[in-house]
Amino acid sequence: MSAVSDFSDLIGRNLAEQPGYAALQSQLEAFYFLEADLLDNRRYRAWLELLADDLIYYMPMRANVPLAHDRSDEFTTVGEGIHWFENDKWTVIKRVEQIETGIHYAEEPLSRITHMISNVRIVDANPDLETAQQIAVTNRFLLYQNRIVDDTTTFVGRRHDRLRQNAGTGWQIHFREVIIEQGILQAKNITNFF
Amino acid sequence: MEHSNLKTLVDADNGMISREIFTSPAIYKRELESLFTRTWLFVGHESLIPNPGDFYLSRMGEESVILCRDRTGEVHVFLNSCTHRGMKVCRYDKGNAKVFTCPYHAWSFALDGSLQGIPHFDDLYDGVLDPDDWSLLEVDRMAVYKGTIWASWDKDAPNFETYLGDAKLHLDMTLDCRDGRSGGSEVIGVHRWKFPANWKFAAENFLGDSYHNHSHGSVDAIGIGPSARSGVKGRRDDEMRAAQHIWISFPEGHGVHSAIEHPDAEFIDSYLDQPEIGAYFRNCYEERRRRLGDEAQLIPFTGTIFPNTSYHGRQPRGLCAWHPHSSGETEGWRFFLVDTDAPTAVKDFLRHYYMRYSGPAGMTEQDDMENWLYASAASKGTIAKRLKLNYQQSMGAAKLNDPLPGLVATQMSEHMARGYYTRWRDYLEGRDWNQLLGVGDPRFSDGEPVTKAGRA
Ligand code: FES
Ligand SMILES: [Fe+2]
Repeated sequence: MSAVSDFSDLIGRNLAEQPGYAALQSQLEAFYFLEADLLDNRRYRAWLELLADDLIYYMPMRANVPLAHDRSDEFTTVGEGIHWFENDKWTVIKRVEQIETGIHYAEEPLSRITHMISNVRIVDANPDLETAQQIAVTNRFLLYQNRIVDDTTTFVGRRHDRLRQNAGTGWQIHFREVIIEQGILQAKNITNFF
Repeated sequence: MEHSNLKTLVDADNGMISREIFTSPAIYKRELESLFTRTWLFVGHESLIPNPGDFYLSRMGEESVILCRDRTGEVHVFLNSCTHRGMKVCRYDKGNAKVFTCPYHAWSFALDGSLQGIPHFDDLYDGVLDPDDWSLLEVDRMAVYKGTIWASWDKDAPNFETYLGDAKLHLDMTLDCRDGRSGGSEVIGVHRWKFPANWKFAAENFLGDSYHNHSHGSVDAIGIGPSARSGVKGRRDDEMRAAQHIWISFPEGHGVHSAIEHPDAEFIDSYLDQPEIGAYFRNCYEERRRRLGDEAQLIPFTGTIFPNTSYHGRQPRGLCAWHPHSSGETEGWRFFLVDTDAPTAVKDFLRHYYMRYSGPAGMTEQDDMENWLYASAASKGTIAKRLKLNYQQSMGAAKLNDPLPGLVATQMSEHMARGYYTRWRDYLEGRDWNQLLGVGDPRFSDGEPVTKAGRA
């Protein structure tokens, strides 16, 4: 699990000068912008197609800890204990089904949501950038959510993604870590997808 | 605020409560001064601070407190405010420390709260300041109960088990091992989030507001429980389907929803998604029956220990503290519990279920939060405030001490809320501890009155 989730060794890498980076990066941006369009237009079923069947999609909780402490003190660790959520594909599908019931009152009426995606960086590609089948990507999101009248939340944070190229389906996300810049969550609910 | 005013705010005999108690900043201030300074409050769990030097920040009312374990292993709860000039001494949520050194002028406090270091003491303070007088402020009362840690700022508060009264039996079932051994739970994570609702909406929900089942229609329809992958609908396994549900109000203001199984009841197939998890819980169930005999017929569901600690006793299992921020804002802390010695596979199965059920991203509790938010917001208006909230459900239906101690209804009921707000009013009126424990409350000698308003 940690091999998948641990981006700490990848964060400082710069692959931008390597052959194939620009083409792959623009392909990835197109993928993310499509994903945002699907979500913000509530095409949840189409969005599910972008997620691999072995998905791990989680959002760690964070704590204020001394500088010297390591990551596992500041962040909850995927695969262990409690996070804001740790979803597999089945659970994500359940969340979509819940919205579709029309009686999930925290999302009925539906929230109005926009995802802004930026800072897309490929930090790992296998076997290489030009023939990549597996990639690790970091990016930023700004998610604006408004519902009913003045119930407004802005989530700002980072995503650490792992995607793989599947024959027939193109890129699919099989790991997503959603990091928000809050310890005590300043939002009543997390009913949206990041 | 006059006593007579408080009386009209909470009219328990007629099942009507003013919306002001959920919206008024003046009443909120009174709660901080008269209620949160006196009741026992849940501050944490021993498993969060297992070793000497471990600390964990918590809250009591609006204020930050440091929960820590000193060198000798003793647990302390301190106000997190420097005795010098008020700086928040500890800004780390958790960790291990030898001393707490204040960031402002570097006074340092030992793990037992004593002031052990003052920079330039000899030059600046000698002969004037006695360090013994300037320890961190420690709570007046502290209790460790089956792993849970509770505290009160009132030196005259009754001991914790007296305060719990007969609700103890029900809280115990949350804290005890699934196989009936006493205690033995650990916290596997804590959700902390802030939401715009009055704290009492959350507390009263867990008193046993089973009537709000409707809110959870979406998860019940799709199925998210421990058997959902096997096609079972509902948000939990229906372990209580053959049991007699009971709703109990206690003199101290607590309220619970529990259930009594038939003496010959057997384990109801559950946790179907992983047969070995189901087998584990079947074994726990049967072991608990053997160990506790007839007492094992009682099984827990939800409850609120007055004023702001709630529990889920089974599916999912945990404790909540509803910390007030203002009349319209609450910080929810949810502590997720498992048996410490449960197999890893069981803990792993449970944590996934807990996360999809509970907290701000929990598919069930999102809908609760939506209710609490809009009930708070829609009660604020000038016209809205003219209306009373209705708490008349099952007025007079509860029986005294039958079949268990307390005022017990065998149908869905709001008498727990009527009792809760009656005690709440006593705190705001500054009553003595006898009254705060419900001594002399006629509901517990004569039963609850059936009034004209209730059955008109
Ligand atoms: S305020 Fe803490 S040392 Fe001065
Ligand atoms: Fe609920």
